[in-house]
Amino acid sequence: MSRNKDWIRLEGIGKSFKVATRTAGLKEAAKALFVRKHTVVEALKDISFSIGEGEIVGYIGPNGAGKSTTIKIMSGILVPDGGSCSVMGYTPWKDRTDYVRHIGVVFGQRSQLWWDVPVLDSFELLRDIYKIPDAKYKQNVAMLTDMLDLEKILQMPVRQLSLGQRMRCEIAASLLHSPKLLFLDEPTIGLDAVSKLAVRNFIKTLNKEQGVTVILTTHDMSDIEALASRLLMIGKGALLYDGSLEELRGRFGTGRTVTVDYRGDSGPIDIQGATLMDWTQERAVYSFDTEQIVLADIVSRLSEKVEIVDIAVTSKDLDEMIVELYEEHQI
Amino acid sequence: MKAYVSIWRLRFVNGMQYRAAALAGMATQLFFGFVFIMIFAAFYSGSSGGEPISLQDLITYVWLQQVFLSFIMLWFRDQELFDLITSGNIAYELCRPMGLYPHWYSKLMAQRVASAVLRCFPILFITFLLPEPYRMSAPPSWASFFLFLVTLLLGLLVIVSISMLIYISVFWTMSPIGSILMISVAGEFLAGMVIPVPLMPQWLQSIAYALPFRWTADFPFRVYSGHIPVTEAAWGIAIQLLWLAILVIAGQWLMRRALRAVVVQGG
Repeated sequence: MSRNKDWIRLEGIGKSFKVATRTAGLKEAAKALFVRKHTVVEALKDISFSIGEGEIVGYIGPNGAGKSTTIKIMSGILVPDGGSCSVMGYTPWKDRTDYVRHIGVVFGQRSQLWWDVPVLDSFELLRDIYKIPDAKYKQNVAMLTDMLDLEKILQMPVRQLSLGQRMRCEIAASLLHSPKLLFLDEPTIGLDAVSKLAVRNFIKTLNKEQGVTVILTTHDMSDIEALASRLLMIGKGALLYDGSLEELRGRFGTGRTVTVDYRGDSGPIDIQGATLMDWTQERAVYSFDTEQIVLADIVSRLSEKVEIVDIAVTSKDLDEMIVELYEEHQI
Repeated sequence: MKAYVSIWRLRFVNGMQYRAAALAGMATQLFFGFVFIMIFAAFYSGSSGGEPISLQDLITYVWLQQVFLSFIMLWFRDQELFDLITSGNIAYELCRPMGLYPHWYSKLMAQRVASAVLRCFPILFITFLLPEPYRMSAPPSWASFFLFLVTLLLGLLVIVSISMLIYISVFWTMSPIGSILMISVAGEFLAGMVIPVPLMPQWLQSIAYALPFRWTADFPFRVYSGHIPVTEAAWGIAIQLLWLAILVIAGQWLMRRALRAVVVQGG
């Protein structure tokens, strides 16, 4: 497969919304009947990036950062105020009806299935909407049923499904027409561990075996860790980070926490280069940076004074790194 | 095209589920039919002749109103479409490779037809069996009947295009209540749903004739009873087609504008 580095390209995309502002309260509500105040919220400012064919990209950012807005612009739903965007050679909002044939979209917080009818009916409607040839449709349904374990739920009305079951059906519904690009907007929201793993494995396989490009927004960093090789971070409408997960780890990942259980009465022990976070008679917790002090030094300093029973070291997890990244950019 | 048929079918199946609503609706419609006819019969018995429409034609007019209520009522609304806009679920509709206008148009049509199919045959059956003077009469000729079917269908297309404007307005207002109230109160009155158009004073009739609303109800019903003769009906069809073209073009233009400014609610 030829890999095109600029398969998706956004340049200087901006989008602002006009929002009516009103403070709470009866008096203010009455006032708003006559005078409406509007403020302009800049949801996106000058966003530029490229994504290559076959990538899985994690798109993260705090609530209200503009993740969903970007996804909606890339999927042709919203029209940006400025900038250009090209996906597979299409401008999403201009060539919307032609373009959307090639993409699949899952909005984790919304549903595309018909609430009162069996899942399969919704699938058949999508088949007709996307004009999927019969053979292809059957093949895709069989594959998706198998991979997402839908066998038992396809004949059930959507309203009787659990959230995890529904989400699997939603994902299947977005893939019936074999899209080359899949947008997943919080696909694991509210799912239990089993469903989460199932969804993740499925996305991974899909990417590997069919070369589907995936753009994923989530607040669950373990989704990103499990799936995405590349991370885009957005905050206050601007792109703050674009790079691999390893790079991010390299940048923030030198912090460690060590928990030491010991016997022997000593009182708190200060160690140069490490910070004592917590201390009891039998346990001390230090945080340190591998660039300033190595674990062996801490252990040897401690073993001079006490008898060490157990040591547990944890490196900073992705969540903490993200928080630090947010803090760095004051968002 | 297959996609629209498919949407149509699913909607139709969905709409046919509401049997209890249909039964209740039928009872209400029969009731209202009786009330209207009693009032008009009372008026006519006190009048000295020279009425613009005969009582028999008028009774047919009233019954047809009730039978095809879901074809002609402007307030007949699809909550789901409003919810799509106000909750932001429209995002999914916009990811589909089809224009939103025809997409919604077919949904709205399907809903009206599903509702009408459930209700119209039992009511029709009953109204043909009623004792005089309440009985509904058959059309005077096959030509009238055939033209009635054509005009009724065109009327349905016109009413759906009018109601599309209500749905489109919600993109800006975020609440359907205002648009529905304004358009439906004015529209239904001018369609002859409250006072049949022939009984309106002359000046009001001129207004009703100049607007699209009466072409959806008043016109086909009078074609049925022969109150509007066959030749005149053929001209009316041309006017219906004209209105349909105007409304659809305007609706599509507005829809395009709305989508350019669309805000998907709720993140």
